[in-house]
Amino acid sequence: MDQLMAVIAGKYNYWVYITLMMIGLYGMIAKNNLVKKIIGMSIFQTAIILFYVSLGFKHGATIPILRHGHGATQAAVRAVDYINPLPHVLMLTAIVVGVGTLGVALALAILIYKRYQTLEEDEILEKTLEE
Amino acid sequence: MRIIALVLVLLCGGLLIAGTVEFAPWGSPHARQQVYLSPYFIEHSMEDTSVPNIVTAVLADYRGYDTMYETAVIFTAGMACFFLLRCLKRMEPQERVYRHLVTGMVLHVKKPSVPKPPEGLFEEIDPLWTPYDIIIKTLGRFLIPPIQVFGLYVIAHGHHSPGGGFQGGVILGASVILLALCYDLRSEVERLRESLSGICSAAGVFIYAGVGALCLALGSNFLDYSALAPILRVDPVAARSLGIFFVEVGVGLAVMATMVAIYNNLASAGLYDQGL
Repeated sequence: MDQLMAVIAGKYNYWVYITLMMIGLYGMIAKNNLVKKIIGMSIFQTAIILFYVSLGFKHGATIPILRHGHGATQAAVRAVDYINPLPHVLMLTAIVVGVGTLGVALALAILIYKRYQTLEEDEILEKTLEE
Repeated sequence: MRIIALVLVLLCGGLLIAGTVEFAPWGSPHARQQVYLSPYFIEHSMEDTSVPNIVTAVLADYRGYDTMYETAVIFTAGMACFFLLRCLKRMEPQERVYRHLVTGMVLHVKKPSVPKPPEGLFEEIDPLWTPYDIIIKTLGRFLIPPIQVFGLYVIAHGHHSPGGGFQGGVILGASVILLALCYDLRSEVERLRESLSGICSAAGVFIYAGVGALCLALGSNFLDYSALAPILRVDPVAARSLGIFFVEVGVGLAVMATMVAIYNNLASAGLYDQGL
């Protein structure tokens, strides 16, 4: 029982992110409206960002900014005292790229709406077959 | 379709959850991702670059190539929005609308032959235009300058506190978008012209790549900022710190201008008129 609790306590946050990721994936596959698909893509990206930031965490560690000051003696920096900076770096750029992809996706949605007067996928398919 | 999607998603999620069995417990300092590569960054970034914020040091120095192409991706996204949406040829509107500046009365002119009313008394507005609210306008006026100062602080202080080019650039871009929301798109574009935001986003990428090329010209590797030491008259470690600052300025410029350009194109569907 204690072992099971330890597994749940050590993994539950990953499971939450996987659930969130699958909600986004379901939205991208099953929804008919293009804007809802785009929102699904955003949820998927957010889940990945949360997952990475969570990977970098260490118990008993602080943010990856070194203590310093004028005249402070530089004691040896130990890696266990600071959380992993690498996931933060990767996700910092991923967030901004997420905004970029969202912008381009919405621009395409606007163009599709101008052309077909609708954002429902089945109606767009009907209209393309008619032409 | 929905049932297939549900089955697919459940299968995929189940596989991923099964994959987490291999993971070390959350927060363990001995997990695989904590013992490979990142200890080097934590223990050596200060002596290598003299930047206390390890995230900034890794972002702009150790992983400089990655960030440069990331900036190029942002620039490309802005260009893509421009080319997809921007309508440069305007259709002649059915009716022209003029607002009397003093009284706020609105004239609707339906015949094309009627001449323009005098410039100082009337301004031409778009049919979608709605009078802006005085409360929102005043609040925006109070909020935007501190937001912009904070954005500059976040860019410049990214070495010592959480921050850097991406974050500061987004804050600056948000302040400009706030201006567009409080007033209207046209008064925002009057302050930050479309050509200026285009030049800024290109200049940001150019600054980043230019700093890299300057290092190359000084006989070192691309983006190895310690080569800048003779120009800046500092020791190589401080030169790396300053080089990081230069590229962060470039990133901030590119991100700010691109955010504004994407917003402008999306909000007006490429028309840049007065409506939202």
